[in-house]
Amino acid sequence: MNKPRLVVIGNGMAGMKTVEELLSASPDKYDITVFGAEPHGNYNRIMLSSVLCGEKTVEDIVINDRQWYQDNQITLHAGKDKSVCKIDRGTNTVVSEDGTTAEYDRLLIATGSNPVVLPIPGCDLQGVISFRQIIDISTMLDYARTHKHAVVLGGGLLGLEAANGLAMRGMDVTVVHSNAVLLNRQMDTQAGTLLQQALEKRNLKFKMPAQTQALVDDGNGHVKAVRFADGSELACDLFVMAIGVRPNMALAQESGLHCDRGIVVNDTLQTYDPSVYAVGECVQHRGDTFGLVAPLFEQAKVCANHLSGHGMAEYTTLPTATKLKVTGISLFSVGNYLGDDDCEFIQFSDLALGIYKKLVLKNNRLVGAVLYGETADGGWYQQLLESAQDLSNIRDKLIFGQHYAEGNAYNDA
Amino acid sequence: MTHKTIQTTCPYCGVGCGVEAKVDTEKHALKIQGDKNHPANFGRLCSKGSALAETIDLSSRLLQPQIYGQNSNWSETLDLVADTFSRTIKEHGPDSVAFYVSGQLLNEDYYVANKLMKGFIGSANIDTNSRLCMSSAVAGYKRAFGADIVPGCYEDYELADMIVLIGSNAAWCHPVSFQRIRAAKEKNPNLKIVVIDPRRTASCDIADLHLPISIGTDVALFNGLLNYLDKNKACDKDYIEAYTEGFDEAIKTATQDADLATLATYCGLEEQDIEQFYQWFAEHKKVMSLYCQGVNQSSSGTDKANSIINCHLATGSIGQPGTGPFSLTGQPNAMGGREVGGLSNQLAAHMELTPDDVARVATFWDSENIATKPGYTAVELFDAIDEGKVKAVWIMATNPVVSMPNADKVKAALQKCEFVVVSDCVARTDTLDLAHVKLPAMGWSEKDGTVTNSERRISRQRPLFSAAGESKPDWWILTQVARRMGFEKAFHYTSSAEIFREHAALSAYENNTEHGVRDFDISAFSEINQQEYDDLQPVQWPVNTENPAGTKRLLTDGKFFTPSGKAQFIALTPRLPANLPSKAYPLALNTGRIRDQWHTMTRTALAAKLNQHKVEPFVEISPDDAEKMQLSNNSLAEISSAWGKMVARVAITASQLQGGVFIPMHWTEQFSSLGRVGALVNPVVDPVSKQPEFKHTPVKIQAYQPAWQGFMLSRRELQFEQPAYVVKVKGEQFYRYELAGNESFDDYSLWAKKQLCTDTVGMAQWQEYQDISQGSYRAARLLDNQLDSVLFIAGQSALPERNWLTSLFIKPELSKEERSALLTGLPPLGTPDVGQIVCSCFNVGEKTITNIIKEKGLKTHQEVGQCLKAGTNCGSCVPEIKALL
Repeated sequence: MNKPRLVVIGNGMAGMKTVEELLSASPDKYDITVFGAEPHGNYNRIMLSSVLCGEKTVEDIVINDRQWYQDNQITLHAGKDKSVCKIDRGTNTVVSEDGTTAEYDRLLIATGSNPVVLPIPGCDLQGVISFRQIIDISTMLDYARTHKHAVVLGGGLLGLEAANGLAMRGMDVTVVHSNAVLLNRQMDTQAGTLLQQALEKRNLKFKMPAQTQALVDDGNGHVKAVRFADGSELACDLFVMAIGVRPNMALAQESGLHCDRGIVVNDTLQTYDPSVYAVGECVQHRGDTFGLVAPLFEQAKVCANHLSGHGMAEYTTLPTATKLKVTGISLFSVGNYLGDDDCEFIQFSDLALGIYKKLVLKNNRLVGAVLYGETADGGWYQQLLESAQDLSNIRDKLIFGQHYAEGNAYNDA
Repeated sequence: MTHKTIQTTCPYCGVGCGVEAKVDTEKHALKIQGDKNHPANFGRLCSKGSALAETIDLSSRLLQPQIYGQNSNWSETLDLVADTFSRTIKEHGPDSVAFYVSGQLLNEDYYVANKLMKGFIGSANIDTNSRLCMSSAVAGYKRAFGADIVPGCYEDYELADMIVLIGSNAAWCHPVSFQRIRAAKEKNPNLKIVVIDPRRTASCDIADLHLPISIGTDVALFNGLLNYLDKNKACDKDYIEAYTEGFDEAIKTATQDADLATLATYCGLEEQDIEQFYQWFAEHKKVMSLYCQGVNQSSSGTDKANSIINCHLATGSIGQPGTGPFSLTGQPNAMGGREVGGLSNQLAAHMELTPDDVARVATFWDSENIATKPGYTAVELFDAIDEGKVKAVWIMATNPVVSMPNADKVKAALQKCEFVVVSDCVARTDTLDLAHVKLPAMGWSEKDGTVTNSERRISRQRPLFSAAGESKPDWWILTQVARRMGFEKAFHYTSSAEIFREHAALSAYENNTEHGVRDFDISAFSEINQQEYDDLQPVQWPVNTENPAGTKRLLTDGKFFTPSGKAQFIALTPRLPANLPSKAYPLALNTGRIRDQWHTMTRTALAAKLNQHKVEPFVEISPDDAEKMQLSNNSLAEISSAWGKMVARVAITASQLQGGVFIPMHWTEQFSSLGRVGALVNPVVDPVSKQPEFKHTPVKIQAYQPAWQGFMLSRRELQFEQPAYVVKVKGEQFYRYELAGNESFDDYSLWAKKQLCTDTVGMAQWQEYQDISQGSYRAARLLDNQLDSVLFIAGQSALPERNWLTSLFIKPELSKEERSALLTGLPPLGTPDVGQIVCSCFNVGEKTITNIIKEKGLKTHQEVGQCLKAGTNCGSCVPEIKALL
């Protein structure tokens, strides 16, 4: 009997999570073919930094090995030459670099994102890399064994994890950040400062705010230094760019699918072509693009629901909490952590203990939170934020956490 | 030897308890216990007396003479005082100077002050703060008995079969006497106790009947009693006939408004309660009437005293064991002040400003310039200062800027007075702050002399330590000034014993049938030597040849000190308080003491544990009035009268009658920015005694709504920018500041750091919390994980109770849990919260008591005492423990 065919472009976390969800919802509905540009099964990309700093091995972070694909009768085309180079929506066919073709009844695009490369002189030198794939880790580990000076461009989550990993591997690491505040997309100044102090204690160096002007060639096509707008230079054997990602939508765009900053999808994760779905970092939903794993998993669930024909679920983007995977440093950020003119702020700090917390409220409802140093109540705040409940009656104890806020009310003194 | 045990007398109330002090001179430390052999207390002490050892620290003392704020030496300072007084007298006459003295002075100090002013300056412008306290009682006794005689003694508590407490919250104000009455009642349940007081005070705890009388209507109630006694044939006609005069006139006046229903309405009482009281009074042979400020501090105070005395004269229950009118004195030496003549209308040794007495005393003192007419009484005195009639004043051991009625006017008067000299043992009081010359006086534990208690018992206050700094006895300072004014011969004193000897000799001088017998006679001490004086045992005057061991009771033989020798009934027409509530000022303000503070707190507030019972100035109001005025419990309220205003914490209580409020008298500007109740009190006085009407001033009350409220706790005494409302409270290793302000903050954190970073010791760590849009800010300052300070500021939201936070100051460091809970103000879950302190002696909190009651099903205060020790020392918290049961 002929089952409908589902082709998945992208063997990453979003695509495979959708497949897993689909398999659990409607196990036998599709003949599934997966194309992946990396020569592995599916692995947990967000754990790459743990591999880099030596806390995990590559095996530890594999989610689905090749055996799993076999067990589930999924055809896997993995490897550089298996990356899909064309979608022919007229014939419902995809074609990979090596000419492998697959026809689909439903197509799921999960091409993820590409690291942003700063287009400066020298950006193509040897020793200039991104931090995105397993192969990047191998490169970094090689450099850590043979070279001394690493510069990480980008004081965001990924950059700091890379920098921490390289430092733990023995390199002298400087983080270069264009903003004066680390993790300025998740943290306010106070939390960013605490984080910087904590990382400095771990021998990371920081140059911020700083504009990188050029990478200097050692004469052999290898980077030897970073030059900044202020004219200063920093010795550099390995330059890691971690300044963000951009949705990887080239393929979709070429196939004529409507794209904006990402592949535009509706609340069911369907593109403008009803037979084509898209999930993950490659999509744009109601103006948002994505970089964290939680909404991807939610998209996967919704998309699988529709692919399986249930057609019930709708995707909404919920505020997503952030965590930095640097052992010994706990931070948590969710929602509108900076707030706006209509917001009210509750703050707590015990800087000597490295603790800082900020809650952002609007109309007595939680809309954002930053926790640094003590993050146990992060989950509770996220629940409060999602439930949007009125917090007037526990407001004065809110920042001290669930334990206090749900304990006794103040007796009038 | 550095350790010795010394018997002395407590410096607080008029009970005059004996104190046994174990003295460690090297450490300047004391261990205090009651003197088991002292007849006033037989070993008992109240919370205040028990805490005396905590009040002897020298840090708050005035240790050097000061002239216009600059330290000086004695010689220069005494010269300045003497010269200025002499010059003023020379230019403006003797009545242009005045002394305002105190029931805190010892007999010897008092005697010298009185002698200097009346005998040698030649003015009677010496009045005492006892004017504010018992001058109505004095006037009442004098009208009835012809002399200022308290006929009974404490032993009568045990011998009486009925005790009436009138205008006295003895449970808090004379705790050891109250304990004695409680014990008598426990031993003899037939002992009837009646409390007549507008408030349901802690003294009602042992009452068989409480009459919550409308303020100022006591004369009508006792007129009614006199009438009832007469009608019901309960009068002792023989006694009346033999020993009294004026009965018929008194009865005639008393029956004018005799109908019970009218009386009940007038007094705000139930008819059956009045009848019950009258019936008991008539039935019981041995009735004692104990009265205090509720009687005295009234514009009809003297009449009230006489209305009570009338009833005792009518039943002949006077001078006999277990009977009599018995006024309780407020101060440790209020009685002594009366004996030396500290009031401006007395001369000395119970002699008056009559030509005979003046001549007698002039001869005795060898004075050519003795005063011949009464001087200004307290209220008149400060008015005279205000009007510029008195140009130089010397205030000794008292704080009139706080304690006088219309106190803001007193303050203004002193501010414009040309020369203000203040002798005190502490460095700062509201009055000292206005002094041009500050004279460091010795305080309790250093002073050497005698005091007289409510039962006429003279006891020794003995020195436990040598003088603090350059402080001197008050008599010495006076003597030095007198000598510099040219009175060397009359002021030759070199010891207090010498002065006491002269005081005794004066009491004996021409005190005989030939010249007239005076009640005050301590002739037995006219020749007392130093050793005998040092060893003097507590003794009740008269002490003379007939009664060498003293005299328990006076007036036993029906002989009185009036010209006719008979006691006088006084015909009395009730008068309501001078200023009645109006539409603008609808409530009657009543003032009084609280359990653990004494007067203007200069000594008691040094003892941390005495500050925990009532920490802030408060205003008690009935639930109905609170609702009407839209006041909530524990909020702040502004109370104002036509004379002044203040801010206090609202305490809603059913013990306060509708139509009135009660505010304690203690708080000063040293401890509270807006807490002086004296500023509100009407400067109305009794026409006879000139005692002010502290117990009734029309006021209004409204919510005080500051922009923010908060509190600050610090290990250090802080100097900080004062917001509108500040109350300072010393605690166990911390100072607590209750705050409220009207100015909002630009930057809370900056403000907090400015106020709390006044020391530079160690590396401070900060915890901060802010919710700016709620006006909420909290901060904690830690030094090496030890709590240094905490600040809580709240806009409209509630503040936590302070108990748990304050308990952290005794800890050398905070646990992790405590530190993370700090700015919640709440103990980490599982940590017990003791609650508001009830028992000061053993530091037991309300929550601890209620928990153990619940847990163990306790039924009596004795059981609570067995479990927690609460209430087992001074016993003054027993009523509160019983309320919790």
